[in-house]
Amino acid sequence: MNDTVPAPSVLLARKAVPLGGFNLTFLSIEIRRLLRNRRTVVVTLIVPVVLSLLFSQNKSIQALSKIGLPVATTMIGIAVYGAMLAATSGGAMVSIERSLGWSRQLRLTPLRPAAYVAIKLIVAMLLGLASVTVVYGYGILSGQQMTPSQWVLTGVLAWAASLVFAAFGLFMGYLLPSENVMQVIGPVLAVFSLLGGLFVPVSLLPAAMQEIAPYMPTYGVVSIARFPLVGGAFDPTWLLSVVAWTAVFAAAAMVLFRRDTRRA
Amino acid sequence: MVGAPSSPAAIELHDVHRSFGQVHAVDGIDLRLALGEIAALLGPNGAGKTTTIDMILGLGHPDSGTVQVLGMPPAAAVSRGLVAAVLQTGGLLKDLTVRETLRLTASLYASSRPVDEVLERAGISNLADRLVGKCSGGEQQRLRFALALLPDPALMALDEPTAGMDVEGRRDFWSAIRRDAEQGRTVLFATHYLEEADAYADRIILLRQGKIVADGTASEVRNLSSGRSVRASLADADQATLSRLPGVRSVEIRGDRVLIQTMDSDAVARYLLTSTAARDVEIVAHNLEEAFLALTSDEQEPAA
Repeated sequence: MNDTVPAPSVLLARKAVPLGGFNLTFLSIEIRRLLRNRRTVVVTLIVPVVLSLLFSQNKSIQALSKIGLPVATTMIGIAVYGAMLAATSGGAMVSIERSLGWSRQLRLTPLRPAAYVAIKLIVAMLLGLASVTVVYGYGILSGQQMTPSQWVLTGVLAWAASLVFAAFGLFMGYLLPSENVMQVIGPVLAVFSLLGGLFVPVSLLPAAMQEIAPYMPTYGVVSIARFPLVGGAFDPTWLLSVVAWTAVFAAAAMVLFRRDTRRA
Repeated sequence: MVGAPSSPAAIELHDVHRSFGQVHAVDGIDLRLALGEIAALLGPNGAGKTTTIDMILGLGHPDSGTVQVLGMPPAAAVSRGLVAAVLQTGGLLKDLTVRETLRLTASLYASSRPVDEVLERAGISNLADRLVGKCSGGEQQRLRFALALLPDPALMALDEPTAGMDVEGRRDFWSAIRRDAEQGRTVLFATHYLEEADAYADRIILLRQGKIVADGTASEVRNLSSGRSVRASLADADQATLSRLPGVRSVEIRGDRVLIQTMDSDAVARYLLTSTAARDVEIVAHNLEEAFLALTSDEQEPAA
């Protein structure tokens, strides 16, 4: 028995942490961790630029002008792809943290699950922002044409898209073991991209694929991002697509997250 | 040990049960730990130590019964940084440095001890800038201990903290814990090393098959199963008669061999030699190791 036991009143006066543990130290260390993960950074920043390079030397430019679409349409699609890849990878990082037991360690701290998820989403969105910036930077250098307000609006909208996929990444991160989370995500994102019209606009896809396209999680996102450039009528189903898919992925992530934390 | 009603126990378990499928991992535990106690949960693998500690930390919930930590539910105590833990496995990010891991965790508490101070107290100041993935198992365990020190918890729970460490690592680790406990912290640790419980705990709680089978100081636990073993060769031994001899705690018959645990070895030996055909009578005194084995062995023994 010790003789210097603290008075119970002192102990019980302790308070819980504000904001459920959300704080800038946590955020900055998470960002530093992300930057240390070179593979993720390289893949999410380099792959979209390589794609831009491929599509700029392709006949697709002529195909676009034939149906009256500006050349920058493809660049916006690639920016959405980059934001999607970045945000999904960021969200999927929870898979590694689960397998290492870090999530369990955090449960021994006052950190609230909502604050943890918020940190993960912010980090995923920042990586998405970096990806869009790199694609647009390359676009400016390679002489893509848009008005200043179109550059800003399409860029912001392409980036906002990454929120859908940050939720998707969290869903995958709680669903899959860390060894194969990226192996599954890669092909799934490729299908989303091709069928959703990121690289080749939906109107140029084969008829059967055009039927499926509106049901892809990428469809609404990329249509909204291109709207300031392409113009025409705004289709409300685009917005419905974005809201519905975000809700579906977030709900699925939440269900799996609850299952994960209940299992002790 | 009896506190005023206003001062809560560090830990209070009341009739706690927890099953996993068919296995009753914890099968009716009542336990009260006063503030400032240093107690060991001692038992073989599968005795329910980890399950008990998980419930005290709010990582698991009892199927029935109540768990209170400092007079509140475990989750409330955790969210106030009143309880911290060093777990058996995992729980560290390999791509952070030791200092970053501590800074991150410190940022999650309303108030915490300075990072440099806990580095010092856990004896890992020299490792501050090393990546966690490059630290040895023992070093990572010291980091877990440093993490647990951050909130300056009233109660620290450790689940087999020295599993896998070499002898020197274990000694260093325990001297850090012991130094820390002198500041008034309540410590509960699970171990299956008898010598650890004996050397570092003021109180030993012996678990077997999810139940507490002994609870007291090391010497009390030793006494509980003190007395001696009497062995003899005896054909057709009469278990019922032997069990009724004064002081006999258990009688085990294996073929022609009889093993009797007793508080009065003289009476058993006298009976065997004068009233039966027993041969090769041996009398062996118990040590703590045997007390541990006697109290925790999985075979059902008649109650004392």
